Amino acid sequence: MSAIPPMVPAAAPAMSDAVFALTLALMLLAPMAIAGVALINTGLGRSRSAAQAMLGNLALIAVAAIVFAFIGASFTGSQGLKEVVLHAAGKPWSVLGLGPFLLRGLDAAAPQAQLSVLFQFLAVAMLVLLPWGSGADRWRLAAGCASAAVLAAIVFPLAAQWIWAGGWLAALGANFSVGAGFLDAGGAATVHVIGGLSALAVIWIAGPRRGKFPKEGLSTAMPGHNAIYVLFGCLLALVGWVAWNLAGTIIWVHAPLSALPGTAINTLLSASGALAATFSVTRFRFGKPDASLCANGWLAGLVASSACAAFASPVGSLFVGGVAGVFTPLLVEVLELALSIDDPTGAITVHGAAGLWGLIAAGFFAPQAGQLLAQLIGVAALLGFFFPLIYLLFALLNRFVPFRVDPDGERMGMDLHEIGGGAYPEFVIHRDESYR
Amino acid sequence: MKYAGLLVMPAGFFLTLAALALFPDPGRRVAFVLCGLAVEGMGLAVTVRGHMLSRGASQP
Repeated sequence: MSAIPPMVPAAAPAMSDAVFALTLALMLLAPMAIAGVALINTGLGRSRSAAQAMLGNLALIAVAAIVFAFIGASFTGSQGLKEVVLHAAGKPWSVLGLGPFLLRGLDAAAPQAQLSVLFQFLAVAMLVLLPWGSGADRWRLAAGCASAAVLAAIVFPLAAQWIWAGGWLAALGANFSVGAGFLDAGGAATVHVIGGLSALAVIWIAGPRRGKFPKEGLSTAMPGHNAIYVLFGCLLALVGWVAWNLAGTIIWVHAPLSALPGTAINTLLSASGALAATFSVTRFRFGKPDASLCANGWLAGLVASSACAAFASPVGSLFVGGVAGVFTPLLVEVLELALSIDDPTGAITVHGAAGLWGLIAAGFFAPQAGQLLAQLIGVAALLGFFFPLIYLLFALLNRFVPFRVDPDGERMGMDLHEIGGGAYPEFVIHRDESYR
Repeated sequence: MKYAGLLVMPAGFFLTLAALALFPDPGRRVAFVLCGLAVEGMGLAVTVRGHMLSRGASQP
């Protein structure tokens, strides 16, 4: 594999019509990943909150798309018109894009810029779903929509500009000779790590589900209500993820078409390695493989592939996925049992931790010298800048739009409380023993 | 306590920025960036601890 040249801000090779059409076609398949995550979010919640969870998936995507179109897209700088540049140590630090609001002028932009904006729309739609699943069964729909607006207006545009649209992280190679700049072809950082960190913030602010952590004894098991939704969601996610990684490889890394089959194979191998590892770990620990943890492992493998499928070898991808698959069930257990973090979908582990691991692994596999340092600087920005920013924004938001539903709503279930009807009206919903 | 941890995390981030601005040679840069990540890790640990304490205090 040839070395990746340092990324130069706002300079991308011209795109042929054939490559444009291929990338557009791939991005029409990418929403399958969003559909898969929506199904997983719903299936891992409880039956009495299923309709609210699925409606929330749609509502959050809608809010994020509208807010991103009105405000967020102008700050990403994808159209390359203006940017806020600071100067330090004799180098330019591009920190914010300043494009027109309401997507004005997008139809006249270069094909590559148009595809970049479309990719960002899909990315922000995926991003807002990740904390939604973690707040299942207690996070109010209005608060979820408000948080989606904050993510789409402030957090995601900043991350996208820094990492994808010629910001200071993307320009680390050109300005500071640190590898090829921070590499994140498939959105492991901008979507998954930020989504995982947002999930952690939501869980801390909203608190655990009632009865999850009793005063005495171990935490109460609250299994997801539909394993078929979850596992079918994983299959849908695979289709979308392959398309997502290929489109990202073309748009952000400017890879040649000959690199695409390998990237697709690496995505599948990473997920497969992760599933095999999680299957083995849960089989060893519990005597039988655990379906929901295996789904988490599969998804963790896909998330890790988002960062490094374009750079790793097939064996390397299998290794990256295998490591993600080993730590996923263990970290889920540690977060719940040792740290009292109630994360129904495991987004902190699956998207946050696996995304960080994939980004670091990309530093090992990318051929450019010094790439690992670039990846570590990016990880430092995600943890040291974006996590406190997200937490403070959400804590502020919680003052105006309370995140947590009232105790009566939690007892009734989010379906009846928030939307007035259940997802399964013809079935008897089991009584919750923890409310006796 | 949790807000103290959240304030420590950006301090680690600024260490990594300082590494870029101050040190052209890769060895020192790597050391500073690793220090920055370690500071962020400590901040995260303090935040986690703060949340566990505040949750334990408010538990019925």
